[in-house]
Amino acid sequence: MLSFFEKIGGAIRSKITRLGAATRLFFSIISYSSDSFKRFNLTIREIYFTGVLSLVIIVVSAFFVGMVLGLQGYYTLQKYGSSEAIGVLVALALVRELGPVVTALLFAGRAGTAITAEIGLMKATEQLSAMEMMAVSPVARIVAPRFWAGIITMPLLASIFSMVGVLGGYVVAVPLIGVDEGAFWSQMQANVDFNYDIVNGFIKSVVFGIACTIIALFEGYDAPPTAEGVSRATTRTVVTSSLAVLGLDFVLTSFMLTV
Amino acid sequence: MQKDLIVSIKDLAFGYAERQIHKKINMNFHRGKVVAIMGGSGCGKTTILRLIGGQIKPTSGHVEVDGQIVHEQGRKGIYELRRKMGMLFQHGALFSDLSVFENVAFPIREHTNLSEEIIKDLVLMKLNAVGLRGANQLMPTELSGGMARRVALARAVALDPDIIMYDEPFAGLDPISMGVICDLIRTLNDALGATSIIVTHDVTETFAFADYIYFIADGIVAAEGSPSDLKKSQLPFVKQFVHSQKDGPVPFHYQANDYLQDLRL
Repeated sequence: MLSFFEKIGGAIRSKITRLGAATRLFFSIISYSSDSFKRFNLTIREIYFTGVLSLVIIVVSAFFVGMVLGLQGYYTLQKYGSSEAIGVLVALALVRELGPVVTALLFAGRAGTAITAEIGLMKATEQLSAMEMMAVSPVARIVAPRFWAGIITMPLLASIFSMVGVLGGYVVAVPLIGVDEGAFWSQMQANVDFNYDIVNGFIKSVVFGIACTIIALFEGYDAPPTAEGVSRATTRTVVTSSLAVLGLDFVLTSFMLTV
Repeated sequence: MQKDLIVSIKDLAFGYAERQIHKKINMNFHRGKVVAIMGGSGCGKTTILRLIGGQIKPTSGHVEVDGQIVHEQGRKGIYELRRKMGMLFQHGALFSDLSVFENVAFPIREHTNLSEEIIKDLVLMKLNAVGLRGANQLMPTELSGGMARRVALARAVALDPDIIMYDEPFAGLDPISMGVICDLIRTLNDALGATSIIVTHDVTETFAFADYIYFIADGIVAAEGSPSDLKKSQLPFVKQFVHSQKDGPVPFHYQANDYLQDLRL
């Protein structure tokens, strides 16, 4: 019985320790950020890897998500005779929720895992130690540029996701189903509020960007320097990021709807 | 501190919570010398390099580099000290996303504001010294183990350090590459007027070119001296190590229960 409680206690303590270590890494990144801003080309390189190379998966997913929303939305709305509202439905669903959330989930799967595996392997092959011994901080040179790249990239990817998603919805609703084009766009324009919908969606994507990137970086930086350690860390990145995004989404949405 | 003493280790103890690695280590490294630290696997040889580099802190005692106590330095102080050091890691630890040229240029770019032309000349000179000028555009994955080690050596000496540390420089190399690395360690040390600290367990190569050797066993310096002195040593541990005897003070078997008892006989 005692060992059962010991196990639970040990597990909780290790989670708290890891949370503490991740927080320390976060502050360390902030303190080294001025160094990495001086060499912003490193951050731009990471924006290319995490952002530009994620575009294909983001654009294709967004288009399909938008088309499905168009189909499903039309199916339900036409029962109430308001199929012209399809544009609003697609736009609001994407800008408020699906854009930031699905982008963050895809980001965690595509860019987050790559970041964890890369940093974990750099650690396993002593590249981070070598850098330290050359009096170059790995946090300034490797970690901080990836962190800022993640934060800059996520809102941009989420915006592209929402935009392409709306186009997907349009393709299904207007040319295929035959909803009136004017109604589709004008209702969307009239009912999507800049501050309430778009800014809130933007805030969400920035928060998800911070969460996903710091989780991916910490898991890589903290990974045991073995093949098994890196593989487990990569898996943890996806699981923890996905849960964090969904949990944070609920918290943020509840705040945003009450304010 | 004596004038020609560059690294000095005094009463150093280090261990992790569950295991004491070093009990009381005293070592001195003089300028211009090639000094080897030898001992069986897991005796804490590499840990000594990490203590000298300030990557870990001793539990007691201290390491002094160029008159400064390493573990008392802040982040800035440690980085200042590390600029005087170059380290060759066991498997080279080359940055896999950078070419050979960029790997060697890395410390120069990070710590100086030299023009691109001068950086190019410096890197090619360093690569020429290790015989790999022609390979400067290759990626680390295209190199053999011995070549990677030589590139890492060029990178370690890129800023002409006072102290060059080698972690198992001969591990996993063919005899030709091993000879090349031995030669390079001596030549670079003498050309740069540096001090080389080599962690290794390869007796033949090390005895051929080192100036002084420390043997570590059971967390202390078990023996020390020049290669010729140690070859004549009658100490049982040194004899076992130098003559590659399977059993001796270092037992063949890991500590275990009675064999017959384990087999339930």
